[in-house]
Amino acid sequence: MQDPDMGVKMRNQRLLITVIPHAMTGNDVIEWLIQKYNITEEEARHLGGLLVQYGYIYPLRDPRSLLLRSDDSPYRFQTPYFWTSSRWPASELDYAIYLAKKNIRKQGELVDYEKENYSILHKRINHTWDFVVMQAREQLRASKQRRKADRIVLECQEQAYWLINKPCPGAFDVLDLGPERCNVLSSRVALIEHSRRALGRNRVKSSICLESFMKYSEQYLHHDPIMSGCLPSNPWISDDTSHWTINTDMVGTPTRLRVERWSFSFMELLNDSMGRREFMIYLEKEFSAENLCFWVACEDLRHGESSKIILKVEEVYKNFLAPGAARWVNIDSKTMERTLEGIKRPHRFIMDDAQMHIYFLMKKDSYPRYLKSELYKNMLAKAIVPQETKKSVFPFMRRQRHSSPSPAMVTQATEDDGKAKGAGPTGTSSTTNSQI
Amino acid sequence: DFLHICKQCFILWLREKQFSLFFCEVQPNETLTNLKAESDTLKTKLEDERAKLHDVELHQVAEKVDGLGQFIMKTRRTLKGHGNKVLCMDWCKDKRRIVSSSQDGKVIVWDAFTTNKEHAVTMPCTWVMACAYAPSGCAVACGGLDNKCSVYPLSLDKNENLAAKKKSVAMHTNYLSACSFTNSDMQILTSSGDGTCALWDVESGQLLQSFHGHTADVLCLDLAPSETGNTFVSGGCDKKANVWDMRSGQCIQSFETHESDINSVRYYPSGDAFASGSDDATCRLYDLRADREVAIYSKESIIFGASSVDFSLSGRLLFGGYNDYTINVWDVLKGTRVSILFGHENRVSTLRLSPDGTAFCTGSWDHTLRIWA
Repeated sequence: MQDPDMGVKMRNQRLLITVIPHAMTGNDVIEWLIQKYNITEEEARHLGGLLVQYGYIYPLRDPRSLLLRSDDSPYRFQTPYFWTSSRWPASELDYAIYLAKKNIRKQGELVDYEKENYSILHKRINHTWDFVVMQAREQLRASKQRRKADRIVLECQEQAYWLINKPCPGAFDVLDLGPERCNVLSSRVALIEHSRRALGRNRVKSSICLESFMKYSEQYLHHDPIMSGCLPSNPWISDDTSHWTINTDMVGTPTRLRVERWSFSFMELLNDSMGRREFMIYLEKEFSAENLCFWVACEDLRHGESSKIILKVEEVYKNFLAPGAARWVNIDSKTMERTLEGIKRPHRFIMDDAQMHIYFLMKKDSYPRYLKSELYKNMLAKAIVPQETKKSVFPFMRRQRHSSPSPAMVTQATEDDGKAKGAGPTGTSSTTNSQI
Repeated sequence: DFLHICKQCFILWLREKQFSLFFCEVQPNETLTNLKAESDTLKTKLEDERAKLHDVELHQVAEKVDGLGQFIMKTRRTLKGHGNKVLCMDWCKDKRRIVSSSQDGKVIVWDAFTTNKEHAVTMPCTWVMACAYAPSGCAVACGGLDNKCSVYPLSLDKNENLAAKKKSVAMHTNYLSACSFTNSDMQILTSSGDGTCALWDVESGQLLQSFHGHTADVLCLDLAPSETGNTFVSGGCDKKANVWDMRSGQCIQSFETHESDINSVRYYPSGDAFASGSDDATCRLYDLRADREVAIYSKESIIFGASSVDFSLSGRLLFGGYNDYTINVWDVLKGTRVSILFGHENRVSTLRLSPDGTAFCTGSWDHTLRIWA
């Protein structure tokens, strides 16, 4: 930005009666940012404003107000010596000398918080106070020998630096960075081992991977409320919660978009509790409902309490894996053998192999057939497409925003009824298991 | 009790491990040089392997896709109530409630739609950098400079003191930077300034799995939405984004292309990729099957770090909250910036899309949260 040819236009600016060299107007800064980065005026003002707040540019007129004005107010670039990045944290000694100089130069020049800081420092580093005063006097003497313009510039630079590093209490502190982050030792041995493993990976060609992003975005375009809006209206914009009420778990007739989404992937069908229910009904007709029940039970095992693992593994074995079990699942002999062996020392992942086998079985076989079934087609046919809410006649009249029952209350009620815990909006419910 | 002693032993072991690694480094010069040479060679080899299959750039593939038109999103709700910097937030599955945490130790549950506050807890520590809503909507988890992650069941009894029912679940040896429930209320995944991530059983407070591999503070994590649901990604101050297997604790993939701390990681909706936001003022997209970075979202006029990122429901848009108080909206496929949103008066520290994609929420150091739609 400071480049004499490509940088911000700099001229001599008049400050009261003194001419300050190499200064620019607020307007010039904004113009330059707009040109160079091809951004709007709003963004340029925002960015320029931040440069002032962080001390890289400072105002000559009204220096305590760290704003970038988009008029002919004069500004200068801060000298690198005083850049926040190079001289942080600020030293107490330097601050004491600065305040002493101000105090000596003109009594009453220090404002309230500066006076306070001055007396605090006086107490804290009292042992070097003679040095402080001596330094201050020396610096003042040296500056008297300079040209007036130079002296003003140096004073402004220093003042700008301290306004940022020791801001007025209550004012915005740009140097607040949050809790400290540190670095721990690195281990080359672990790095080498990791790199070796990574070399053996199977990778897929970029063209194939990237094509899938294209397809995914296209497929979900109409389901993305921010991209395509939502029907009847976005609750956050219209204050109308219809969009939520027509998409609840227990709604009688689902929306078309919702039913369509079940056909995007098996995961989408299972993630929607209504979709899962419908799929279960279909499987019952096909006499293969035990597969989904098994999958649900395995999910419950994987994500449930540690204390219930042994109990749940026993239940799963009894219901699904034991010879002659009521809902025996058909998994290949190798996986069955491995699983039965593992049950002797049960842990939460013991059913993973079997679960994955059944999952892919459903995905490859039952799921595609479900999508072609009458059950699904009927669902799709009777699914509703809500009407888009017309913009109200008086747009400035705000609708009343009603509260909704807290999920904590809903689940507490079901708990009181003696049903199993965890029957949240998408939680795996063990009640489905026992009912069928 | 026994479990508590186990936890303490783990912490001591962890410290010892770090010491032994330190001593491992302090070896005769030749061995150290050899190790460095070997790791550098392997790194180069890995880069070459990855480059072999990189036959096209994302924006090239995206040329045939329609560009996005004018983009208008506004603040639809402003949630005021925190007395200090908002550091983190999370949505409830009911699509309208949120939990937020701040520097002064307050954790608040809001109905963002009505802007009413429903619950409030004061933590015994400052800088509550992590908070999460349980999938059932019945509890929230939070933590920060106390090095712990605690779970508070949400009671509807106005007279009940939420703090009384607090349950301490996770224990790290440094600040808690992020936490997330897995598929149920029973397990929590945490990341910490001690350089590790960990999986905990909520009921017993037992450590189920720990994840070692980062060489600096871990700042963020996100769970994969995949079919088998067994992986998650974490980002840290070592500029690395690591993908982990939750079962084995192994780091299965690692990406190191950022030039500074990674503040936020988020999976692409399909689970095949993830985005990251960093102090180097860029956001990047990493494809897991291609095993490489496939896009960089940056602009010369953006010079402040990105603190938090999230995708829109279709994955076409990437929203980034930045330390210069703005939100930049990126076209994920074309790599261009679609829009810049102003409104916050200080850093945007957290950003998340609502569960049904109708809006996103931002939290800021200006003490407020905003809902954008």
